[in-house]
Amino acid sequence: MAREDGANARSVIDIRDLSLTFETNDGPVHALSNIDLNIEEGDFVSFIGPSGCGKTTLLRVIADLEKPTGGHISVNGVSPEEARLARAYGYVFQSAALYPWRTIANNVALPLEIMGLSSEERAERVKRNMELVNLSGFERKYPWQLSGGMQQRASIARALAVEPDLLLMDEPFGALDEIVRDHLNEQLLQLWAKTNKTVVFVTHSIPEAVFLSTKIVVLFPRPGRIYDVIESDLPRDRTLDIRETPEFLKIAHRVRDGLRAGHSYDD
Amino acid sequence: MSGASLTLTGQGAAGVGRTLAWAIVALALISLPQTAFTDGPTVIASADLMLSPILLGGAAILLALGVGPRRLVDLALLAVSVVAAIQLLRAVGTNFSKAESGFWSLVGALWLASWLFVERLSGWDVTSLAAKRAIGILIPALFGVWVLVLWQLLVIGLGVSPVLLPPPSAIGARFASSLPTLWADFQQTFLKAVLIGYAVGCGSAFIVAILVDKVDFLRRGLLPIGNLVSALPIVGVAPIMVMWFGFDWPSKAAVVIIMTFFPMLVNTVAGLASADRMQRDLMTTYAADYWQTLFKLRLPMALPFIFNALKINSTLALIGAIVAEFFGTPIVGMGFRISTEVGRMNVDMVWAEIAVAALAGSVFYGLVTLLERVFTFWHPSVRG
Amino acid sequence: MSHGGASASLNPFSRLMSGTAGPVIVVVAVIFAAWYVAAVLLNTPFQRDTYERAGQENVSIARLITDTLAQERPVMPAPHQVAVEIWKTTAEKKVTSKRSLVYHSGITLSSTLLGFLIGTTLGIGLAVLIVHSRVLDKSLMPWIISSQTIPILAIAPMIIVVLNAIGITGTLPKAMISTYLSFFPVTVGMVKGLRSPEIIQLDLMKTYSASQGQTLLKLRLPSAAPFLFASMKVAVAASLVGAIVGELPTGAVAGLGARLLAGSYYGQTIQIWSALIVAAVIAASLVTIVGVSERIVLKRMGMAQ
Repeated sequence: MAREDGANARSVIDIRDLSLTFETNDGPVHALSNIDLNIEEGDFVSFIGPSGCGKTTLLRVIADLEKPTGGHISVNGVSPEEARLARAYGYVFQSAALYPWRTIANNVALPLEIMGLSSEERAERVKRNMELVNLSGFERKYPWQLSGGMQQRASIARALAVEPDLLLMDEPFGALDEIVRDHLNEQLLQLWAKTNKTVVFVTHSIPEAVFLSTKIVVLFPRPGRIYDVIESDLPRDRTLDIRETPEFLKIAHRVRDGLRAGHSYDD
Repeated sequence: MSGASLTLTGQGAAGVGRTLAWAIVALALISLPQTAFTDGPTVIASADLMLSPILLGGAAILLALGVGPRRLVDLALLAVSVVAAIQLLRAVGTNFSKAESGFWSLVGALWLASWLFVERLSGWDVTSLAAKRAIGILIPALFGVWVLVLWQLLVIGLGVSPVLLPPPSAIGARFASSLPTLWADFQQTFLKAVLIGYAVGCGSAFIVAILVDKVDFLRRGLLPIGNLVSALPIVGVAPIMVMWFGFDWPSKAAVVIIMTFFPMLVNTVAGLASADRMQRDLMTTYAADYWQTLFKLRLPMALPFIFNALKINSTLALIGAIVAEFFGTPIVGMGFRISTEVGRMNVDMVWAEIAVAALAGSVFYGLVTLLERVFTFWHPSVRG
Repeated sequence: MSHGGASASLNPFSRLMSGTAGPVIVVVAVIFAAWYVAAVLLNTPFQRDTYERAGQENVSIARLITDTLAQERPVMPAPHQVAVEIWKTTAEKKVTSKRSLVYHSGITLSSTLLGFLIGTTLGIGLAVLIVHSRVLDKSLMPWIISSQTIPILAIAPMIIVVLNAIGITGTLPKAMISTYLSFFPVTVGMVKGLRSPEIIQLDLMKTYSASQGQTLLKLRLPSAAPFLFASMKVAVAASLVGAIVGELPTGAVAGLGARLLAGSYYGQTIQIWSALIVAAVIAASLVTIVGVSERIVLKRMGMAQ
């Protein structure tokens, strides 16, 4: 298994021999088994795999939305629960999940209200993060007055407003059309470069994973486990054109091979 | 002038409209040589009525042939119908139970004219939202007025006994002359029993719902029972409440409390459970506590459900209070008045009281709906 | 995806309590317990008066409790008193007897069902007309919707008395009230149901150049079935309420409403409670019957969830 312990980079997420089994009426389901993974500060890590491979579950375990049944996991050196209580991460869901009764600005301010920040601090952070996702001017709109892409950008601003070092994204652009998706992918990379956050990103799109990531984790289903971890040697500074280069295609090819192996196992 | 407001059409009214128009012309013609009332002159010879068939027939011919600016002709039809209605109402006023074929032909023509007007009006091609809304209110309003006019014409023309069905004019007169009594009844039944019972019933059910929601065991146990109770004839507890709390309004308020409690409980609990998994997970990722999740997510999500219950309950409360009064009251109250005046065959007073109940019920409902629009402006059913 | 993590195999008791049956049983038990406690507390003042008048002193608590639960006209009858009364007036009385609850229930039930049948038929018919007529839709429909906000039940006494005055008595006037009450929800529900097919489905019928009647029979009516049953549940419950209230103004002759009224005239609380419980059982059964037929019909139509 490809695992390089960077000498100077700090480990943000450390997972060792992690497993998660759901008890169902049809017997136990091994959602995750024997997961070993290390994510370092500043990494952009993608989880990719066929549906049912446990990529979302793994992200939910990191976010303490799901409890593992075995093994070890630490986030920022503490347990996921402690990390969650310390508001160590921002989470972006498959859909924007904005509250329709709040304006965009108030949606972005929601986590800040829960954290108990002062109204000046809230206003300042809302302004800054809405600028970051290019939504300035839409503060007083309601979510249902915005397009799907804009809603998802607002939800990213909401995750960033917490000012976490870690951003967890669960297929955030899955419901959007290809063109909007490309656009948001580029914006996300710029954002990542500007803020230098650690991002964990779940997707089932190969080009998206290769384009965004410094590290691609390929997962297999039944039981959910890691098949391959690919360190990307693409430059950090990327534009959409990079998708035409041989280096990009080489990595994409390796990812596709991995996914195929997972499927053939299934058949 | 905008092109939409006045459009010239070369063709006549299409399909149904044209048939209706010709039928109006036919009825107007038929009415002319016939007597309107027993021992009276023919329609054409009657100074009070002769204008109606001429005007109705004229407007209908214009419509049938499609002559003239379309909307202007439509409005002319309305004006002509109003004139005819006024003439008929005045004429019938002095001729109780004496109406004859000439009169009925005119009533028929007037009916068809109103039908035709609505047919035409609903075909108006308006673009502005305000105009659409105005037409949406105008049509049912006209229909309501028309029902009253027809009611008056039929009851007097046919000579229906006022004990069976009084004409609207008699009800209106009784309403105007009995305002103090009606007000006293309204105070007793609505302002005391209904409002207090409604507030206590909905309020306590809301609090219980929050508690039930917190204890999952209670939620699973109470919800099926609450659903069942919502379908039961709860008004039946009225005699018991009268025994326990006496004849005055507290016993009625108690019935209202019991009637409004369960719909509110069931709806609020369902509403609190309506936040989806992703929205709850979001609150978990913020490490939000129970109360933060309740106030910032689950209560707003529950509002459409809560308002649904508040609307159902606004009607139930009035029914509960009125029916409870059938089991015994002091000598004031809407239900009391209805049951005693029915006994004395003062049916016009009963109708006046029913008018008050209908007015109170729809205004109450309207206010709750207004509040709903303010608080759930974001919900697809309101914003759409 | 998650099922609440690992849980050990459940024993029968905790399995019962984890569903709905267990909690419902517990809540019902608590209600009965509270009922008994309330009966004792509410009936105690009268019982103490009785003791005082009889000159009895130092009555034991146990005696007080048994006495409060056995009064003839208690403020709050105990469940077993009501149960005994229901048993006596159903199983032990001839069905034709004026003191039989079965007799009274039958009277109420017949006008309920007659009214429900007429009301539902009328409601469906009117809904079909409204869906096909723009004029009716725009002029009548707003009134039907807003009539739901009006306490229609208030006119029940008038209908009964006025119809009695012109010689129409018995089941029909009460059935008219039930008709009236069940007619509105069915109309509103059916209009919604007949309009529920999606545009794409209506367009399909158009591509077959189907007539309005064919579209009604093959698309609109089947799509309206779930809406019809939902509103029939509301309507049947409203019908029963209408029939009971319709029995009030005629001076307590027959029917469950009459039993309620007579009970309240003579302070016969046990009679009131048993009439009330029987009415509740009938309501629950009627709604259940509609619910079961809903499930059967929708299953046959392939629409059941």
